[in-house]
Amino acid sequence: MLNRFPPLAVAAAAVLAGMVFAIVFMEQESDVAVISLIAAAALAAWLAGRAGVAEAVSRAALASPGALSALVAAAGLGVVAAFAEDHFPLLMLATVMLYATVALGLNVQFGYAGVVNFAGAAFFGIGAYTSAKLVGSGVPAILSLPLGGLFAALVGLALVVPVVRTRGHYAAVVTIAFAVLFKTFLEVNDAFGGPQGLPVAAMNVLGWDFGDAPTLFGADASFYLNYALAAFALLALAFTLVRRLERSWLGLALDAVRLDETGAACYGIGIRRNKIFAFVLGNAIIGVAGALYGCMQGYVAPTSFTFSDGLILVAIVLLGGMGSPWGMILAAAIVVVLPEKLQAIQEYRFLLFSAVVIAILLFRPSGLLPRRVRRYFPEGGR
Amino acid sequence: MDLFGQYVVNGLMLGTVYALVAVGFTLFFGVLDVIKFSHGDVLMVGAFTGFTAASGAAALGFSHPLAQLAATVVFALAGTAALGAAIARWLILPLKSAPRLNILLATLMLGTALRESVRLFYPDGSNPKAFPALLPTSSWQWGQFTLRADSSILVVTGVLVIVGLHLLINRTRLGLAIRAVAQDEETARTMGINYTLIVLVTFALGSSIAAVAGVMNGLYYNEINFGMGLLLGLIGFSAAIIGGLGNLYGAILGGFLFAALQMIGAVAMPFASAYKDVFAFAVVIALMAWKPTGLIPERASDRV
Repeated sequence: MLNRFPPLAVAAAAVLAGMVFAIVFMEQESDVAVISLIAAAALAAWLAGRAGVAEAVSRAALASPGALSALVAAAGLGVVAAFAEDHFPLLMLATVMLYATVALGLNVQFGYAGVVNFAGAAFFGIGAYTSAKLVGSGVPAILSLPLGGLFAALVGLALVVPVVRTRGHYAAVVTIAFAVLFKTFLEVNDAFGGPQGLPVAAMNVLGWDFGDAPTLFGADASFYLNYALAAFALLALAFTLVRRLERSWLGLALDAVRLDETGAACYGIGIRRNKIFAFVLGNAIIGVAGALYGCMQGYVAPTSFTFSDGLILVAIVLLGGMGSPWGMILAAAIVVVLPEKLQAIQEYRFLLFSAVVIAILLFRPSGLLPRRVRRYFPEGGR
Repeated sequence: MDLFGQYVVNGLMLGTVYALVAVGFTLFFGVLDVIKFSHGDVLMVGAFTGFTAASGAAALGFSHPLAQLAATVVFALAGTAALGAAIARWLILPLKSAPRLNILLATLMLGTALRESVRLFYPDGSNPKAFPALLPTSSWQWGQFTLRADSSILVVTGVLVIVGLHLLINRTRLGLAIRAVAQDEETARTMGINYTLIVLVTFALGSSIAAVAGVMNGLYYNEINFGMGLLLGLIGFSAAIIGGLGNLYGAILGGFLFAALQMIGAVAMPFASAYKDVFAFAVVIALMAWKPTGLIPERASDRV
């Protein structure tokens, strides 16, 4: 029934509706309003699916991916702008964007190359602790982000041999052991502040002090606006990188390695080389996000980077749909925002969260926005 | 020498607990090729069930420690056996053909759910509970070296459970059926083995062994808390993996090896003893690099 409208127009309307919903949703305080909005959103998503909106959006994405990405980016900035003066919603939005960035990094690892990583939170923490140490000792903040990524990638290199040599459950134990090791190490090591953690100085990029409240059209905005914008830029960068990677021959090789190692090796694709590439690149992306997260939080402590946090990150990837970058963003938003908004269930949030993930694994195992089969001939229509 | 002796006894105790947990992982992997990651939290549920039974027996007037101990063991074993079978029936069998990562995550999430349920719904569940000391508290003294009766009883019990399991798997018809299912599901079915029943029995068996470990842990440390299962489950999984999945002896070897690593990390290394877990897990990672399929590898052929 929507066939009469151009797909891009339908997609634009859907994105606009999503943006308005996000703003309205974030403004709600009462549990009744939040729960009824969730119900309304689920109903709307179901109706939209029936009416063919999803199909129109995916056709628009195929026809003009740039335009659609720009639309979503503008909508995201719109949501950020709507809360420019409020600390808490901005902090939440920035956290969503950083978690989505981390999920993109994990997505490169096990969505594309099939390398399982349960230590996402540990690499996130390496980035955060790097920025805590560097910004404190006077290294320019603009360097601390890439250095956070570099450091996470370097530490990850120590795991490369066991990660590449093992498979399946044997591979899982390597990163699980590392996640536990990392948190225990932080707790007992005095140089990193022990269980209390370390304070992180505010970022200052080329004279732009992130701790200062910026002025926006004459009104004082929250200083978190700086971080939200930086997180947005980081997410946009990571997203572009991951999409480019997926479409390139590198991504094709990674897919081949994941789907059939023997077959890929027969065609001369280096299994080890590709796995190492994906593991290191993913860790670097996670580390950069962690460095910004550390600055934004103002302190880093071992309790933020436990094995359970790593599990939440893995859950985001599976929830969104492995290999689907858009799914990562949606899932990150759901996983971060929902528990914060439902204050009444704050105490029960882990229980509900685990129940929801189990339900999704049982009834929709490919995630919310499953990855589509790769199209080799983009010019051909349906 | 005396201190060394204490460490050896302590290490044997820990090793027995780890081996009991690892044996469960390896049993489940054997019959279904899945990792049930909620195993550590099932252990915790077992310990809490036992604790409740002991308190209940005390409240009903059974003041003799042996009566309380019997109640603890019976209820803990029965409760976790039912829980394990239920998990297999309603979570793992439906997911059997799903990707491995999905099963791993689903059971991890189930573990979180169990942990949170105990924390939220058990009376005062967020605080540690003092587990009653039900074993004789006497001890033997050899010079400086003290051997506590309770820890010896626990180690002997653990070893007996492992030996019993070994006999069950290798000498009985039930064990034959379990091994048949582990080797080849379809052939086992055609030979008239009730596949679902064997899977459920195996999960019940493995889970009740975890309960033994949980109760042992409670009796040894005289304390249980809702989070005790997480680390024990991770260690048990690591032990099963470094030993080699699907192999009973591998799991036992891995369990004692991990305990030995912790002891070495605590005593024999130049760094502070707080680093013992860091050391043990680092060695696990190094072992995986050296032996990617465990110390006793599975006999499996690659699909080409």
